[in-house]
Amino acid sequence: MAARPLPLWAKPLLFALCTVPLLHAAWRVYQGEAADPADYLTRESGWWALALLLATLTITPLVKLGHWPQLMRLRRMLGLYAFAYASVHLAIYLLLSGGDPAIIGDDIMKSPYIVVGFSAWLLLLPLAITSTDGWMRRLKRRWSQLHRLIYPASMLAVIHFWWLTKSDMRQPLLFALLLGVLLAWRVWRHRTQRTRGA
Amino acid sequence: MPLIRLSDPSAPLPSEITPQAVYLDRRRFLATGAAGVAGLLLPEAHAAPLKAAPGPYSLKEKPNSLDEITHYNNFYEFGSSKTDPAKYAGQLVVDPWTLKIGGHVARPLTLDYDQLFRIAPLEERIYRLRCVEGWSMVIPWIGVPLASLLKQVQPTSKGRFVQFVTLERPSQMPGQRTDLLPWPYREGLRIDEAMNPLTLLAVGLYGETLPKQNGAPIRLVAPWKYGFKSIKSIVAINLVEQQPTTTWQQLAPNEYGFFANVNPEVDHPRWSQANERRVGEFSRRKTLMFNGYGEQVAGMYSKLDLRRWF
Repeated sequence: MAARPLPLWAKPLLFALCTVPLLHAAWRVYQGEAADPADYLTRESGWWALALLLATLTITPLVKLGHWPQLMRLRRMLGLYAFAYASVHLAIYLLLSGGDPAIIGDDIMKSPYIVVGFSAWLLLLPLAITSTDGWMRRLKRRWSQLHRLIYPASMLAVIHFWWLTKSDMRQPLLFALLLGVLLAWRVWRHRTQRTRGA
Repeated sequence: MPLIRLSDPSAPLPSEITPQAVYLDRRRFLATGAAGVAGLLLPEAHAAPLKAAPGPYSLKEKPNSLDEITHYNNFYEFGSSKTDPAKYAGQLVVDPWTLKIGGHVARPLTLDYDQLFRIAPLEERIYRLRCVEGWSMVIPWIGVPLASLLKQVQPTSKGRFVQFVTLERPSQMPGQRTDLLPWPYREGLRIDEAMNPLTLLAVGLYGETLPKQNGAPIRLVAPWKYGFKSIKSIVAINLVEQQPTTTWQQLAPNEYGFFANVNPEVDHPRWSQANERRVGEFSRRKTLMFNGYGEQVAGMYSKLDLRRWF
């Protein structure tokens, strides 16, 4: 099968598209459309962090099922944007709705969903640091092993969203189902490949 | 006398914003709408000005802006997002309205829309509102003590609890077309809580009738309890013998209790209740026991284990 090249504009376009949610949210706050800016920015950045994390996990299935290896070149950017949105999310929580460190400490320790969300961010941190070509070369096989941390990080992120939601579970459920499909596909593929190899 | 919020002398009076003629014309406007428009998506006449004397227990804290109070709401009848009520509550028809007060009372009562505003002399009360989700506001309500209504219907000795029911009208309340909550929304108070002078039946805020997203035409305000207790758009108040089922308790009894008193020492299973963020502010503050109303209400719970009866 002939490898379809990735159009030249694909990467710059994706780069620009990924900034849209942040710019849009900032614009709405600037226009005074968010009654509670701290809450609005926290929710938007968190939602997009999770969505981009799942988008990152969608690349490999698309590459394999669509026989389009060039698509893999978009994965790093999506992953880094997911981390960027997660970092903005964390920063907004700490800076815009935090205040007194003692109060934040208490809030984090007593709120399991914050512990879970913060753990997800911590797992993503080494992945962002080692996302460069240099680190890929240096870590060799270890690199892909390390980057499997995206699986527990995504699970924690979904649990974070699930636990913080008071009652309308439609969105957390949708994210959980999507993640379930993406992970189940990987398990299935791992098993079938092993049987074929044997 | 408690401290009273002094109004800004340069601010326009509500009556300067909505001409009296427009307000008085609302019935004709409605009649035209009801006759012709099937969708009823036209807004009703604008909120009407309400005159109220300053009441007791008002805070001297600065109230949240009208924009914040009307655009950051939990009113699941219109959707689960904070912005849904402002978007979708406009279609709710609140006039005509019927509020029935019955159950174990000597004199059952039915009030129509206009009578809601004549239960007792209207008072302005600037109260804190603390949501169970960890945010809070300060709101200048207009209303009457619930006790003033209960005294009129004369609860009998069997009336040990007060049950409240919200309107169920899926045609105008899109959230009720989903199973977000078991409809209609129900709440309840113990009779002593209902008779407490802090407990308010609100019919307005910021000098005007209640905006629909805030629970027009009449809602409960129990400021020492988490916000979900302060049921909106009430159509029935029943005096009952047994502790009534309440919506959030029914949905998640391990997370939301019947009492739901604001208590920084008893956390929600999934988050801390020790602190809160005032809507519009950028840092958290400590949550006060009974939301700062301990002086008025703590006596009612002296024999209650607040950890168990959360």
